[in-house]
Amino acid sequence: MAVERPDMKTSIGSLLLKNPVMTASGTFGYGEEYASLVNLHRLGAIIVKGISLLPRQGNPPPRIAETACGMLNAIGLENVGLERFLTEKLPFLQGLNTPLIVNILGDTLEDYQQLAARLEGEEKVAALEVNISCPNVKQGGVAFGTDPGMAHAVTQGVRQNFRRPVIVKLSPNVTDITEIARAAEDAGADAVSLINTVLGMAIDIGSCKPKLANIFGGLSGPAIKPIALRMVWQVAASVSIPVIGIGGITTPEDAIEFMLAGASAVQVGTTNFINPKAAEEIIQGIGTYLAENSMASIRDLIGRARQA
Amino acid sequence: MPAYQQRAEIVRTEKLTGDVFRFTVKAPDIAKDSRPGQFVMVRAGEGMDPLLRRPFSIHQVAEGELVQILFKVIGKGTQALANLQAGYSMDVLGPLGRGFVYNTQHKHYLVGGGIGIAPLLFLAGNMLNKNESSAIKVFLGARTGDEITVLADDFVSMGVEVEVATEDGSLGRQGLVTDLMTPVKNENPARVYACGPYPMLRAVVGVSREKNLACQVSLETIMACGLGACLGCAVLRADMNGYVHACMDGPVFDADDVAWL
Repeated sequence: MAVERPDMKTSIGSLLLKNPVMTASGTFGYGEEYASLVNLHRLGAIIVKGISLLPRQGNPPPRIAETACGMLNAIGLENVGLERFLTEKLPFLQGLNTPLIVNILGDTLEDYQQLAARLEGEEKVAALEVNISCPNVKQGGVAFGTDPGMAHAVTQGVRQNFRRPVIVKLSPNVTDITEIARAAEDAGADAVSLINTVLGMAIDIGSCKPKLANIFGGLSGPAIKPIALRMVWQVAASVSIPVIGIGGITTPEDAIEFMLAGASAVQVGTTNFINPKAAEEIIQGIGTYLAENSMASIRDLIGRARQA
Repeated sequence: MPAYQQRAEIVRTEKLTGDVFRFTVKAPDIAKDSRPGQFVMVRAGEGMDPLLRRPFSIHQVAEGELVQILFKVIGKGTQALANLQAGYSMDVLGPLGRGFVYNTQHKHYLVGGGIGIAPLLFLAGNMLNKNESSAIKVFLGARTGDEITVLADDFVSMGVEVEVATEDGSLGRQGLVTDLMTPVKNENPARVYACGPYPMLRAVVGVSREKNLACQVSLETIMACGLGACLGCAVLRADMNGYVHACMDGPVFDADDVAWL
């Protein structure tokens, strides 16, 4: 029997989302860039471009290269910095009914603590996503994400300065991602999101040089989905906090796979570049799938593939 | 400025030379808001490889609903695009970015190299609505005449004066497009609007500076979103301190705002 209006709500710690589909950091600007193309009010949450205490220029170009069913990027965390984010970007986001999640990044533990403390005072910031996993910068970033002790310290530093949900974004470029996930959980994270991009490279055989000025970059897009899905499955079995699935999600079917593997919510990333309407189409498609399969709630989907 | 994502039916495909194509698509929303120098992001089909959209300057807008793009097959994306047939509705996003800025008091020199001619036809047409045709002069450069014969004719039939230089001398004068700029003086005052490959643009900017002419350039970069989200299309600032972005700060820049390496 088909369910007429399935319940799409999901939660990340104390944060209740009207549906499980968010836009991933770094793929959706500060929201306003997509305002004329997307109904921003429909999204489960918006995660903005990673913010550091001070503005960052980013890496020299070329910063992106297309690969088979994917793209490499080495943007280098270019962002406007905390102050300009608060004065220039936040006012637009405050006018939306959609929860705002701010992705934060730093070079030192103190950077993360200060960012958390400042954003604690901004009521519109519903949650923080702690970026300990960017592969494209030399300092900080991924160093925090590849060492369980450092991941624990950063998570704890943010936790102590921010009362609302803290999500820790994990790197796939590690030997055992479950170890980092457990360190984040132990330090008080409310959720983990995974995966960030997979470190890769491409070479131009015309110029005989790497295609990216940074040589290495992060691979994203449909090419990485099977890796991401496997890691979400492993992490969901290793922690008891919610898992947010990210990696090559392009269609409703992709998102459903991640939820069946144990994700409580998903993030749509690279696809926003190609099809700005993708997140809305995925929300619609999940609803249709639940209805057609007689599932009354999105909760019926989470981890279902794990059941014996 | 709003952007639109529309399914735009290809109403006409033209193969101008062996690897240069011109597509006319029906995209009323995009057509009505387009300005010369702006661009569209086009998806070459429905698949995942090639994954990304491709940026193209708007070549012409006609009848209030038709948009033209001009492209050369250089890789997987443009090859997939060239294979599309009239009747197919392709996914087009636009109009995007900042276009050319001009003033009716000026004498206008439009300088194009190869496929870089694309946005200049739209610009010339737009200027003609506001200026005398004598205020506009077009300089076109290419490796061989084949590459630009049809395009040069479009300017001629519009009623603007066109001079052509080809590297092999097969059309117009033998030489580079910058050679055509030799007699140009800064009168009225004059302004230069250029589009083409980077080395050609750098040379045009050099000549413009010698003659003290203000110059705007349309830059081409790798780009994933076209909307200011991916930040992939970074262009070094003139002061070498940080980057501007071709998709939102450009693709048309004042030549003095970006670094020429």
